Amino acid sequence: MNVRVEPPLALLAELSHRCPLQCPYCSNPLELERSGKELDTKTWTRILDEAAAMGMHQVHFSGGEPTVRKDLEQLVEHATKVGLYTNLITSGVLLDEKRLRALADRGLEHVQVSFQDTEEANADRIAGFKGHQKKLEVARLVRKIGLPLTVNAVVHRQNIDHVPDFLEMAVELGAERIEIAQVQYYGWALKNRAAFIPTYEQLQRTTKVVEEARKRLKGVLVIDYVVPDYYAKRPKTCMGGWARRFLNISPAGKVLPCHAAESIPNLAFDSVHEHSLQWIWDNSVAFNKYRGTDWMPEPCKSCDRKEIDWGGCRCQAYALAGDAGTVDPACELSPLHEAIFGLAMKEASAEAPEFIYRRIGTDETPDAPVFGHREPAE
Amino acid sequence: MERVVLSESSVPAFPRGVKFRFNNAKQQWVILAPERLLEPDETAVTVLKLVDGQRTLGGVIDALMAMITIDPPPRDVVATDVVAMLQDLADKAFLIDAAKVPQKAAAR
Ligand code: SF4
Ligand code: SF4
Repeated sequence: MNVRVEPPLALLAELSHRCPLQCPYCSNPLELERSGKELDTKTWTRILDEAAAMGMHQVHFSGGEPTVRKDLEQLVEHATKVGLYTNLITSGVLLDEKRLRALADRGLEHVQVSFQDTEEANADRIAGFKGHQKKLEVARLVRKIGLPLTVNAVVHRQNIDHVPDFLEMAVELGAERIEIAQVQYYGWALKNRAAFIPTYEQLQRTTKVVEEARKRLKGVLVIDYVVPDYYAKRPKTCMGGWARRFLNISPAGKVLPCHAAESIPNLAFDSVHEHSLQWIWDNSVAFNKYRGTDWMPEPCKSCDRKEIDWGGCRCQAYALAGDAGTVDPACELSPLHEAIFGLAMKEASAEAPEFIYRRIGTDETPDAPVFGHREPAE
Repeated sequence: MERVVLSESSVPAFPRGVKFRFNNAKQQWVILAPERLLEPDETAVTVLKLVDGQRTLGGVIDALMAMITIDPPPRDVVATDVVAMLQDLADKAFLIDAAKVPQKAAAR
C-alpha cells in the first residue's frame, strides 16, 4: 500500500505499565514491560513533537498508571506547548491536590478517573487495592480546581447492577461525562472472562437504565455506553478502524495501532528508537496489514458496513477465532457468532471463578484462541 | 449541574477543557474535548468563530447576518438554525452559557 494515509487523530501514550492496582481486566499485555525499559523524558518529548507535526490533536497519558512517572508535569507542559490537547487517564490513587494543580497549571485539560464499583468493599476487592475512598477524593479535587472530569466505570457481572449508582455518583461528583465501558476480552480480561461476562438479563436491564438516564440527564451528563461484544449483533468500530485514527505507544516505545495489538502473535511492531512516528504510521507492516478494507475476506468484503466498523476488532478475531485476519466473531455474520453468544450465556450463568489478578511476572502461558484451529488439545 | 438551555440572551462559551482551535498541520478547525473530537463544517466554523464568551447568542446571529451580503435569508430562519446547532453542542457539553456560569468560562 503506498497511498498516503491520513494522519491519526490522537496519541495514546502509555507512560508506564507500573500500577499499584491489580485489576483483573487490565488491558495491558500479560507480559508487562518493566520500568527499566521505559522511555525517558527526552524520547517522550521528541514523540510529542512528532505527533504535533503530524497533525495529531490529542494526547492521552495512560498506562498502567501514568502518574507513577515523575516527569508527567514536564510532558504535559511540553504537549501543551506544541499544541496537543492533554488528557490524563488515571486510577487517581497516587494524586493529591498539589500535583493536580501542578498538572493543571501546565495545561492539563481533562482528567478521567476509573472506578471499580460504587460499593467500597467490592471496588477494593476488584482492584486488589484499597483505593476507592481516595479515588472519590481525587475526583472531587479535579472538580474543585476546575478541570472537567470523566468517570470511567468498567462494568461486568460483578458490578453491572450498580450502574444506576454509578450514574448518580458521576452526577454527584460533578463529572460531565461517564464512560460505562464493558470489559474487553484480551490480555488479563480474557483470562478472567468467566468472572466478568454479565448475563443477558443483566445487560438488558442496564441498557434500559442507560436509555432512561440519557433522557433524564440530557445536557447534564454525557453517557458513553457500549453493549459488550459477545452479545452484540455487529462488532464495535474498534479504535475507529485498525491503524486509522489512533497511535498507541507502549512504555518501552513500541508503536501499536491499539493497546491490545500485541496479543496478536507474529505481528512485528516498530519502535520509536528505530523510526519516526510518521515513518511507522506510513510504513509499518503490522499497521498496513489490516488497514482499510483490502485485507478483508468474506463476509466483510462485500458488506455495506465495512467502512463503518472496519470488520470489528482484530485482537478479538484472534482471541476467538485464532486468526486476526478474519471477521470479528462479535458480528452476526461470523460463522462463530452463535457459539460465542452461547459461550457468553454459559459462562455468565455459572458461578464466577476467582480472579487472576494482574501482576508483573505471574503469567505462564498466553491463552490459546477459543474456537480457533490453533487450540492445543487439553 | 443543570442542563444548559440556550436562548438569544445566553452567552455561549467554550468551557474549560473544550478547545476550538485551528490545527496547522492539517489546516483544519476542530473542537477538542475530553476524548472527543469534532470536525465542524464550514458553516459551523463561521458561527463558532463568533463564539467568544462575550457576545450573546443574539449577538452571534446579528454578526452572522451582517456577514451575509448576498441574498440574506430572514433573520429568524438563521436564528433557528444557529440556536439548534449550538444547543446540540451544549447538550454534548461542548458549550456553556457564560451568562449563567461566568466562572466556568474559559479564555480562548
Ligand atoms: S486497569 Fe487497573 S491495573 Fe490496569 S492500569 Fe488500569 S488501574 Fe492499573
Ligand atoms: S460482516 Fe464484517 S463489515 Fe459487515 S458488519 Fe460484520 S464485521 Fe462489519
